[in-house]
Amino acid sequence: MSWDWDYALSALPILLQGLQLTVIATIGGYVLAIVLGLVVALVRRLAPRWAGTGVYWVMEFIRSTPLLVQLFVLYFGLPVFGIVLPPMVVGIIGLGLHYAAYTAEVYRSGIEAVPRGQWEAATALNLPTRRVWTGVVLPQAIPKVIPALGNYLISMFKDTPLLLAIGVVELLNSAYRHSARTFEDPFELMTMVGLLFLAVSIPSAIFIRHLERRYAAV
Amino acid sequence: MLNSLPLYLNGVWVTVQITVAGAALALALSFAAGLLGSARRRWIRAIGRVYTEFFRGVAALVLMYWLFYALPYVGFRLDPMFAAILALGLNVGAYGGEVVRGAVNAVPRAQIEATTALNMGYVQRMRLVVIPQAWAAMLPPMGNLLIELMKGSAVVGLITVSDLTFVVRQQWSSGGDTLVVWGLALLFYFLIAQALLLGVRYLERRANARLGRGPAFRAAPEPAAASAGGSGR
Repeated sequence: MSWDWDYALSALPILLQGLQLTVIATIGGYVLAIVLGLVVALVRRLAPRWAGTGVYWVMEFIRSTPLLVQLFVLYFGLPVFGIVLPPMVVGIIGLGLHYAAYTAEVYRSGIEAVPRGQWEAATALNLPTRRVWTGVVLPQAIPKVIPALGNYLISMFKDTPLLLAIGVVELLNSAYRHSARTFEDPFELMTMVGLLFLAVSIPSAIFIRHLERRYAAV
Repeated sequence: MLNSLPLYLNGVWVTVQITVAGAALALALSFAAGLLGSARRRWIRAIGRVYTEFFRGVAALVLMYWLFYALPYVGFRLDPMFAAILALGLNVGAYGGEVVRGAVNAVPRAQIEATTALNMGYVQRMRLVVIPQAWAAMLPPMGNLLIELMKGSAVVGLITVSDLTFVVRQQWSSGGDTLVVWGLALLFYFLIAQALLLGVRYLERRANARLGRGPAFRAAPEPAAASAGGSGR
């Protein structure tokens, strides 16, 4: 067979619609991950030791089990407790929770990289805990971890196809369903999906590398 | 519950097989890409770069779908298990290539100069000096990638391979209790991950002991025994 440009281009609007959902899921999941990750990192520093250890093991558990299974657990498990959410919302929560376990580690390394002298100075100035974190530690820790956080944005983007397993019609699923509906063979569509992924992730990777040069990475 | 345990263990076995085979492929590709990427000539480095950028840029599941659903239309029908291993290996290998490149480039310059002074060739230099040092440095990130690969293998059910997730899903749809069945899935994956990490830590200790760093690798407690048997290395 040969590559059929007309067919590939005629399906492009449908793929772009899928890409739109992919991007929404990525952004939603990412916002959740960077907020939740920071909360986790702070809890591990500030909460009593037993709570910190508990949170550590929960995060370790999340990090060493597959995102796909976690999505299934949320999607099929939440209704058991009477919580029924649309697949897209479950997908965003799943992505956010999973990646929070990674971003928490990133924040931790950033916080640990803040020089000891800064902490001592904050103590010497008798700053309240809240000011120490918001005024001294985090403003120094966060810029350093921006490139590492950016890498997880790209990783998350590439994990969004998993949402097809719980019925979200993201990019890959839109191609799959379109070819099933039209009875056309999926070669062009699947290839287009691959190319669209590259079209987003390679420029983003280059951008992240630019960020890495700009902010000295941890 | 108990009489379906063999089914779960079967799924675990398939997951382990895919993980091990995928890791072997990924390791080979990592070394190929990493050594090309740390070469002196620019065009050789470019080959490594292209492989890395391409396979890091595409999601493993997209690659798997392409290999399994699209490729048959141009005449290549792959066994689902093979497609799964190939997709995971190619994907993780691209990440591993960067790890190898970084570790090789991090070997101190003086070590390389010393090999030149000793008139070693490329193969000797790599085999005897660079790789043993780089190996110790690359093991921790490689361990993370191994876990990523193992987790990534959960998607192979979507291209009809009956791995752990696939088995669990079947058990669930044939009436298993939702929380128990999916809880078991998480537990099994967690245990597999911990077992893999244990293996990687063992390799790390061994690699460091070989370089004379860290706590000694206790294989032979008494030095007197060393001359008799040989340590097997």
